[in-house]
Amino acid sequence: MATTTTELSSPPRDGASPAPARAAKERTQLPHVLFALPALVMFGVFALLPLLGVIALSFTTWNGIGAIEFTGLTSWKEVLSRSSTWNGLALVVLMVVATWLTQTPLSILLGAFLAGPQRYRNVLAVLYFLPLLLSSAAIAITYKSLLDPNFGLASGLNMDVFALNWLGDTTLVWYVVLFVIAWQFIPFHTLIYQGAVRQIPQSMYEAAQIDGAGRVRQFFSITLPQLKYTMITSSTLMVVGALTYFDLIFVLTQGGPGVATRILPLDMYLTGFRGNEMGVASGLAMMLVVLGLGLALGVQRLGGKDASASQMEGA
Amino acid sequence: MNRNWLGGTLGWLWLIVVLLPIYFVLITSFKSMAAYFGSNPVVPALPPVIENFIAVLEADFGMYLLNSVVVAVGTVVPLVIMAFMASYSIVRGSRRVFNPVRNLFLLGLAIPVQATIVPIYLLIIRMHMYDSLAALMLPAIAFGLPLSILIIANSLRDVPKELFEAMDIDGCTEWQKMWRLALPMTRPALVTVAVYQALLSWNGFLFPLILTQSPDKRTLPLALWSFQGEYATNIPVVMAAVTLSSIPIVVLYAVGRRYLVSGMTAGAGK
Repeated sequence: MATTTTELSSPPRDGASPAPARAAKERTQLPHVLFALPALVMFGVFALLPLLGVIALSFTTWNGIGAIEFTGLTSWKEVLSRSSTWNGLALVVLMVVATWLTQTPLSILLGAFLAGPQRYRNVLAVLYFLPLLLSSAAIAITYKSLLDPNFGLASGLNMDVFALNWLGDTTLVWYVVLFVIAWQFIPFHTLIYQGAVRQIPQSMYEAAQIDGAGRVRQFFSITLPQLKYTMITSSTLMVVGALTYFDLIFVLTQGGPGVATRILPLDMYLTGFRGNEMGVASGLAMMLVVLGLGLALGVQRLGGKDASASQMEGA
Repeated sequence: MNRNWLGGTLGWLWLIVVLLPIYFVLITSFKSMAAYFGSNPVVPALPPVIENFIAVLEADFGMYLLNSVVVAVGTVVPLVIMAFMASYSIVRGSRRVFNPVRNLFLLGLAIPVQATIVPIYLLIIRMHMYDSLAALMLPAIAFGLPLSILIIANSLRDVPKELFEAMDIDGCTEWQKMWRLALPMTRPALVTVAVYQALLSWNGFLFPLILTQSPDKRTLPLALWSFQGEYATNIPVVMAAVTLSSIPIVVLYAVGRRYLVSGMTAGAGK
């Protein structure tokens, strides 16, 4: 940023000037700086500033209405001593792990399947995409009705399995939440993998076929290794996304039964906006930020150094 | 022969899983209350009734729809323009100056939006914008920038350098190069970003929940949620509301699908 300010102070002369390019090289950055400015200001004010605000507010006991006073570690002591903090943290970690374990294999298999040449697969891809178009609120409301023991699927399909108290049982509710989230987001990751599988050179498969490798062998020896970078992209979006499944759970379960699905973001919302403890909520938010950055970096790291370099390259 | 039994079986099974709830929503929204309580939930009731849709339309649905449209347009248009201009600088400007800028936006991809709602709430109050539609657009623009810039910059990088050099020889300014050359060349990426961000805006729930209060400022997802609270016992009406709220975005998707999918996969495959 220091360099940008010095550029700003130099006299404005843009590319239209016939002056020798080398002398004008640094000065001609001015139009670029101006082009980037609106985005930078917007991002600075409404994304980076709030990020710093989270840190600052976590050292206050602001109630959401009154004056904001710095009270040192008071809110942090509360954050660390509440049992719901640790409950929410454990649940959100469970959410991230379970989401990744269920959605990644399914998305890869479906993506590889959809990457095939048949025409009907394009139709399938359109239909697969539908859940992604619906709002989380709509999806949660739909599943609430579907799982109604009296008028939902249970009575229609006449299967006892649907008649369980899906949303009222502290264990079962997790299967529901994971399933609904998979229903909503597997299409997105499937499409990413579909695109990536299509980019794998066909000659690799032909060579493998000549060597006598079967479908399964080809999948594990060619498709999967070739999807490495895509897996990093998809996994990053998936795990950071799993931290933000707020709205779906909010509408579907309200965090219940009890505190069974009160994951960290939900706990933060309820603490801040229902309990008027914005300081504590900010402390919880900081945990989320650290978790998000840590997970994103962790996934990149797992993918190896060259992988993260290639990701940066893409930007 | 391409025989992928596991993928194939899974593919068709997943299709059923995907379509069953959508089918349920559709048939239920055409059922009368009596039919809903009396008939099999997976079998459509005949004749279909449209009274549920009329009830939804009479419950200010038009206003919520308009709010959602205003917020989506007010978010997507400035967002795409800002992201495009910033991408141009990042790709065409000096590396030394703009590498840090690019990294800053990349960092944004890892920040969970939810984590910043308390300060955003404070900021919006201090700006005297609480309970306005503009309050929903500003943070959405900011948080849409990182991914948009990633996608647009990727596509801008594929524009051959020779074209820019040719315009240099003609004495064009950066401004002219940006709008006359870069803009048409990156149009598919811009449409991708616009459709995707419109989708996110249309389905946004958290910002409306926190930054607005009056019923006349509700966007569709929030309206749907409060509607569900009021009509908890009248599921067919709620399902009609779910259907109606989804139609505009399905139409938008039908129009922009080609771009959305190609742009998304191009960005992800790199």
